[in-house]
Amino acid sequence: MVSTRVDPLEASDGKHPVSLLELRGIDKHFGPVQALTDVALEVPAGQVTALAGDNGAGKSVLIKCIGGIHVAEAGQILWEGHPIHIRSPRDSAALGIETVYQDLALCDNLDIVQNMFLGRERTRSVLLDEESMELAARDTLASLSVTTVRSIRQPVASLSGGQRQAVAIAKSVLWNSRLVIMDEPTAALGVSQTEMVLELVRRLADRGVAVLIISHNMNDVFQVADRLAILHLGRMVAAGPASTFDRQIVVDYMTTGQSTRHSQAIFPSAEGQS
Amino acid sequence: MAQVQEPPKPAPTEPPDDLASLAAGRAAVSPEIVADTFGEYVRASFARLRAGESGVLPVIVGLLLISVIFQSLNSKFLTAGNLVNLLVQGAVFIMLAMAEVFALLLGEIDLSAGYVGGIGGIVVAELLTSQHGSWPWWGACIAGLTLCALIGALQGTIITRLKLPSFVVTLAGLLIGQGVMLLILGNGGTLPINNGVINDLANGLLTPAAGWVVMAAVVGLFGALTWFRDARRRRSGLVAPPVGLTVLKIVAAGVAGSVLVIICNVDRGVLVPIQGVPWVVLIVLAVLAMWTLLLGRTKFGRYVYAIGGNAEATRRAGVNLAAIRTVSFMLCSFTAGIAGIIYASRLRSVSTNLDGGTLVLYSVAAAVIGGASLFGGRGRPIHAVLGGLVIAAIDNGMGLQGFSAAAKYVVTGIVLLAAVTIDSVARSGRRANTPP
Repeated sequence: MVSTRVDPLEASDGKHPVSLLELRGIDKHFGPVQALTDVALEVPAGQVTALAGDNGAGKSVLIKCIGGIHVAEAGQILWEGHPIHIRSPRDSAALGIETVYQDLALCDNLDIVQNMFLGRERTRSVLLDEESMELAARDTLASLSVTTVRSIRQPVASLSGGQRQAVAIAKSVLWNSRLVIMDEPTAALGVSQTEMVLELVRRLADRGVAVLIISHNMNDVFQVADRLAILHLGRMVAAGPASTFDRQIVVDYMTTGQSTRHSQAIFPSAEGQS
Repeated sequence: MAQVQEPPKPAPTEPPDDLASLAAGRAAVSPEIVADTFGEYVRASFARLRAGESGVLPVIVGLLLISVIFQSLNSKFLTAGNLVNLLVQGAVFIMLAMAEVFALLLGEIDLSAGYVGGIGGIVVAELLTSQHGSWPWWGACIAGLTLCALIGALQGTIITRLKLPSFVVTLAGLLIGQGVMLLILGNGGTLPINNGVINDLANGLLTPAAGWVVMAAVVGLFGALTWFRDARRRRSGLVAPPVGLTVLKIVAAGVAGSVLVIICNVDRGVLVPIQGVPWVVLIVLAVLAMWTLLLGRTKFGRYVYAIGGNAEATRRAGVNLAAIRTVSFMLCSFTAGIAGIIYASRLRSVSTNLDGGTLVLYSVAAAVIGGASLFGGRGRPIHAVLGGLVIAAIDNGMGLQGFSAAAKYVVTGIVLLAAVTIDSVARSGRRANTPP
């Protein structure tokens, strides 16, 4: 992989210190449809946690509950061990949670700098301070080794899919986000661009950021993830270090919600239900 | 946790632009930001034109083309008297088009602008009359513009809070505005304006010497600001236009200003000498500068463009969409009020002849012809000015030729259709040039 993996969890006697984000018993339904049932999840800092699951398993609902777009009906959200409430995107942004949605939420007509600072522009009295924003954006992109863009003043419309992902990731670095959630970051990308984005994800985690990544792609999952969590029909059926899984096990869990091959007992709450 | 908030490493000073890939011609990017020298700028400009990103150049070419055509048809077209007349006539279109830019940038439209402006004109005219206490001219203007802004805020609130389409809400505004005008003025009524200052807004002239002084001040200010800004950006190693381009911009502003003053200072009177720059030109320039600054250099302006580009992304960025939209509609109506006062000033009266429906359609046409996009997110106040000049030139030139109103409408319609087609083709050109 790109660089050494920082693993604060294993550093401390194998016993978990407090995870950056911990969900307990999250329930969410839309009318008669139960989207999430008693979901538990831990997202430690400095690691990439992959959230896997078949279509309709509830992955998107779960990250929207963390991002404040949906509000969970039951359950607890712990941030550094303290119970908190996330009721709006503003709440989650205030905690330092940045969500990179599948549609990337970039404005095509604005340039890279303008997009990275959208909603948080720096000003000098009432006028925009373009220079300091441009310098900060440039430094951030350079620190992530994103050098493929021709000019940071080019409109986002002229960027490739991978470059757009890079801008979205750089945005979260610029804002010192502590948890970055990514929804299928490589879904629309070619091979080399996927590689670039996964390297960026790795670098992000190496900076101490907690990364939660949704992916269907087993190659991506095993290339980049430190931990895995698998949803099946709205329940968390397995979670643990990526090294305890292999492809077949993950596919078993995704499709049937259980795996006969998987020996490790992972998640007390998930076990209790199944 | 020790690694959180690691400070970003200092950037290696790599050249930000890969000119090799630029030369390959995949350029939907403004040439100002990828060129280091003037020659590269010119090449990048052509690449960009081919890619469908045109800027203001096509409008200027179109304006020159129209001038040549009308001049060859009628040698009076390019006389000083007619050109100044054209500027004054065009001021109302230009002002309304600048108003419309606020709505178009959001991807919305304001059909009521013409009659809202008319109401602004009526309020000013009424307050100046003795039965309403003969307000001072500035007091009347403040009252009229405030009312217009309130109307805009009301329409904006209805559009954003009730989530109704702006087309329908402002269509209702158009009808109500027309009704209110008829109500105040009476059927076929006319309200004359006897205030010298108000009438001078459109009809007054600077003395020739004052014209030069003002022109020198405006161009000097523009030049100094442009030069120092570009120089500072180059010093701090930011993306900046090449020196040659900065100089060219300043020289072009100087030449344009001088030509304008020279034309306006020609004695165009028949019996008594008439010469000088019309006040209205300064009003247009002041509003242009104000809105360019607001849209280009403030948070509000940035959010207006962002909403036009991707409203959902802007909402997720924590921007209060409803507030920005409402203020936009307010500024649209406010600017329309300025247009209405200029309209009243030019005729020295307000009458029920004011056709706010046609005016507003002309102003939307002007903004789009100038280069603003109907789809939102693209367009600047300068586009409104250029588009307004095109509309005024067509109107004026065909009038000189003695064409009927019918022919004028048809030609204006064709020009609008051409402009929208170019806009749409340019959009698909941009999409085609966007890598997957």
